[in-house]
Amino acid sequence: MAKIEVDGIYKIFGPKASSHLDSVKAGTSKEQLLEDTGHTLGLNDINLRIEEGELFVIMGLSGSGKSTLIRHFNRLIDPTAGTIRIDGEEIIALKQADLIERRRNKMSMVFQRFALFPHKTVLDNVGYGLHIQGVAKNAAREKAQYWLEQVGLKGVGDQYPHQLSGGMQQRVGLARALATDPDILLMDEAFSALDPLIRKEMQDLLMQLQQRLHKTIVFITHDLDEALRLGNRIAILKDGALVQQGDPQDILLNPSTDYVAAFVRDVNRGKVLTAHHVMAMPLATLTTRTSVEKARQWMVDQGFDYATVLEGKSLVGIVTLNDLQQANGEIGSLVKNVVCVPESADLESLLPQMIRENVPLAVTSDEGEFKGWVSRDRVVDLVSTDLPKESTGS
Amino acid sequence: MAFPEILDARALRQSIDTFVDQLVINYADDLERLSMPLLKFLVFVEQLLRNTPWWLVVAIIAVITWYGSRRWTLTAGVSVLLLFIGAIGQWDRGMQTLALMIVSLVMCVLIGIPTGILMSVSERFRKIMLPILDIMQTMPTFVYLIPVVMLFGLGKVPALIATIVYAVPPLIRLTDLGIRLVDHSVMEAATAFGATRRQKLLGVQLPLALPNILAGINQTTMMALAMVVVASMIGARGLGQEVLAGINRLEVGRGLLAGLAIVALAVIFDRVTQSYGKRLQYPAAKDES
Repeated sequence: MAKIEVDGIYKIFGPKASSHLDSVKAGTSKEQLLEDTGHTLGLNDINLRIEEGELFVIMGLSGSGKSTLIRHFNRLIDPTAGTIRIDGEEIIALKQADLIERRRNKMSMVFQRFALFPHKTVLDNVGYGLHIQGVAKNAAREKAQYWLEQVGLKGVGDQYPHQLSGGMQQRVGLARALATDPDILLMDEAFSALDPLIRKEMQDLLMQLQQRLHKTIVFITHDLDEALRLGNRIAILKDGALVQQGDPQDILLNPSTDYVAAFVRDVNRGKVLTAHHVMAMPLATLTTRTSVEKARQWMVDQGFDYATVLEGKSLVGIVTLNDLQQANGEIGSLVKNVVCVPESADLESLLPQMIRENVPLAVTSDEGEFKGWVSRDRVVDLVSTDLPKESTGS
Repeated sequence: MAFPEILDARALRQSIDTFVDQLVINYADDLERLSMPLLKFLVFVEQLLRNTPWWLVVAIIAVITWYGSRRWTLTAGVSVLLLFIGAIGQWDRGMQTLALMIVSLVMCVLIGIPTGILMSVSERFRKIMLPILDIMQTMPTFVYLIPVVMLFGLGKVPALIATIVYAVPPLIRLTDLGIRLVDHSVMEAATAFGATRRQKLLGVQLPLALPNILAGINQTTMMALAMVVVASMIGARGLGQEVLAGINRLEVGRGLLAGLAIVALAVIFDRVTQSYGKRLQYPAAKDES
């Protein structure tokens, strides 16, 4: 069971929303509906599964309905039709008192324009969620202080929001959302109002926190680079309807419609894709204890020029068939070292090494485990979007 | 060409008169009894102000000013103005007027702020209230002064009621406006964190609307002071009565001195409420100034 299950959500804005539901279900377009009835189609048959602990990005341009959609999760907006279940519980049917209870304990929200309380100190802002739950003042302050430190804002607790810069204000917003220890974090264009450097800082902060906290995060953005950078999975919204969902490389490499394709065309793939995305599993692997004769025989049979040599799960290097021809004993002494790169390295950082020497790079996980190879052809192929097609044509 | 007679205006007038007469006959006693607590409250405040030594009154008002504004210059200025009222021989009447002001202000706050809150909550109530407020602000005072006097008799209470009717609209309007002006996204944040309606009202909306509400209180006080002369016509004692006497006897000096004392009171009320409002606007602004 997914953490958040969204089924058939429709949202029509206007005085007689539900009476136009059938025509929308029958396929009336957003423009048509607006022209005929003056009603705005906000969301059109949204179905999503958001898994526990995942950072799920909902991306779309302004007017695509992304902010409307995220407000359905905590019912700041009620749908015209459809259901949303969180941990299997029907959210749309909740009574007011239960809804308030869920908002207090299960989810919290970070806003685009920060939406801090201007009349409260930073510390009281962070402790707001606890305060309205009736947590004792000292306990709330202590917790607020802790979360303030977690977002890197020590010592500003007694100041007022307007005394802080935009980036600091959003850190307060993030701390306020985390202070109630919710399962789900709803982030509505949380970093969109910040300038690029600060935005990157905040993205890093969010990813750091997420590595420790493993919240389920629903993140709204209009910035594809941000979406690709943060998201475990991405859903793209256009005119209130889902166009595509998938993991970042899926979106990038296999755009399902022209709309998505146009979107991803200008993305700097070298920055977004990492070694993990392009690596290939080794075809031939040997261990250091294999005898030279056996290895030679096996490689000749299989038609390999070289083989990967492993010691347990970690990489030792490669042996080439040439070297094996004139040797005997164990292959350990014939192994050549290779350049290793971490799985999380982006492709742009691999390029210099790949240009210097035309050998594949080995990819290892953070723990040093061998994962696979990155070849120059594959990287060039992915980084330059249009080039390969032209070169194969000529 | 004359406008065609559609309604019989004479009969309409008479039926209104009869209605008010009936009201007076049937309910005047009850209303007077109901208004007794109000009268007692007013008399209590008046006695308190008049029986307290003048220097103590000046000192108390100076302390209030200091706490409201945290400015020495304003505190000194207010004290000087109070001494000025005494110096031109208007102390006792001034205290009577001050008592009327204080009581009507308390009543205006008790009526105005809840009404303003209700208007901000309910669109329907707001639609009903807006024309009523227009009537209260534009209807000539004397028109409702007559039935009020008929119902409550001459004296302090009708003066008080007339003052409240005239002075409360700005407070209602500004309370409503102040709450409506509270940033939508801040309210959304409060909702998203699971605040109840009450928590939103008391914890977010009212504190953020406070500068506007105080501006409303300021306006209400000014309008109440503008009513003192009219109020004195139906039996409120104090500075207004002195102005009225000046007019009746064509004594310019009498009227002018009392008038100056009214102005002095107005300036005191205005500056104190305004500087308090300014201080609330940004809780930390004092750090930067």
